[in-house]
Amino acid sequence: MAFIRHNLVRIVNAISLLNTNFWRWFHQLASPPHVFALAGRVCPWFAGLAIIFLVAGTYGGLVLAPADYLQGDGFRIIYVHVPSAYLGMLAYMVMASSAAIGFIWRMKMAHGLAVSAAPLGAWFTVLALVTGGIWGKPMWGTYWQWADARLMSELMLLFLFLGYMVLRASFDDRDKADRISAILAVVGVINIPIIHYSVEWWSTLHQGPTIAKLDEPSITMDMLMPLLIMIIGFTAFFGWLLCKRLQGEILKRERQTRWVDGLIKGRTA
Amino acid sequence: MTARQNRMILIGLVVTGVTVSAFLALQAFEENLLFFFSPAQVAAGEAPTDRTFRLGGMVLEDSINREIGSLTLNFIVTDYTASIPVSYTGVLPDLFAENQGVVARGTLDNQGGFIAEEILAKHDENYMPPEVAEALALSEGSQTP
Amino acid sequence: MMEFMLMGGYAGYVWSAYGITMLVLVANVWMAYRFHAKWLKRAQEEGMTKVSTRQPRVRRIS
Repeated sequence: MAFIRHNLVRIVNAISLLNTNFWRWFHQLASPPHVFALAGRVCPWFAGLAIIFLVAGTYGGLVLAPADYLQGDGFRIIYVHVPSAYLGMLAYMVMASSAAIGFIWRMKMAHGLAVSAAPLGAWFTVLALVTGGIWGKPMWGTYWQWADARLMSELMLLFLFLGYMVLRASFDDRDKADRISAILAVVGVINIPIIHYSVEWWSTLHQGPTIAKLDEPSITMDMLMPLLIMIIGFTAFFGWLLCKRLQGEILKRERQTRWVDGLIKGRTA
Repeated sequence: MTARQNRMILIGLVVTGVTVSAFLALQAFEENLLFFFSPAQVAAGEAPTDRTFRLGGMVLEDSINREIGSLTLNFIVTDYTASIPVSYTGVLPDLFAENQGVVARGTLDNQGGFIAEEILAKHDENYMPPEVAEALALSEGSQTP
Repeated sequence: MMEFMLMGGYAGYVWSAYGITMLVLVANVWMAYRFHAKWLKRAQEEGMTKVSTRQPRVRRIS
């Protein structure tokens, strides 16, 4: 009994320590100097990782991967199309979840992160739409079909990013812009499962998921590897520019504070 | 209740509300969200007879016929439950072939056939090199002699 | 090499898709760094003006 109680106490202590550590970490994320330094530290790592994986993935996709039995070399567009589409959705989730955290905990840094993710997500979505159109023309016989649920929900994603940015720009008061745009970002999350399941719920021109499913991927290993490398590369690329933009956003919001002044003095001195 | 908890509940309510309304809206517009009708749906009379719609399915094996001296093409679209004969004049996408997915936009004629204005190809989610495809076709062929 | 460039007849589609992707990625790097530089510069300028206007003359002499 004493043994069990002793261990129970240890477990409870460990959990409470973990808990206080988590909240300390969480509150540090609310501190601009801390976030600014953190972003500065991870930024070069993401940059290096992105460049290495993007170069390797491009080489793998264009040279090493075999041509498809049906689409020939035309299928190689998958290596830029799928990562772009995936990153558009990832950027949206980052934007929406940090906007929600910012809204609930009144955390300026979380709103800053959401603001930084928006233009990146918009560009990835543009890429997904454009490369998808280029791929669709020779294979399907069309660049664009208005009636296709996958294509429309992806276009919706672009409008959500643009809507978030335009809505923010329409407010002079930044705190108000933060709060109201956060609601839009959270509401738009519903579009993410719609994009993913559109090809399963309705008849579409777009085919079903190849890798993003519980089953085994419907693609051979030599074709899958460059795709995974590209996805890692795109994700690191997003992390890189997200940190850079977040730092810029922090400077924008905090430029009249003492710590930024000290930071610049320290840098120039 | 703290202001933070209030905001938490607000976000929760917004997400729930949007999910429910999106679900209802998508249910209501179900038909408009379908890109095409299957031959079985057409045979059951679910497809419109007075306006253009899209018919989607597989191009039946050995069913493609070119009319001599014209660009008109006849083939059969099937979902292995029902089949609809389609006629079409014009350019075809690269992936148009027998046993491949196809989506045709057009209207029904009064003999149960379909006159297409546009043909699109639909492919599945499988990607593989030609050798693997051949090996797969070979093993499938040996399993069902 | 020629065969590689031709991409089995899909050269126009494959190369334009990769070209546009590269262009957009590079443009995004440029935009992010420009955004960062813009606000760093602004912070430097405003920091200087703020210091010069805010600081009392007495302190500057001492």
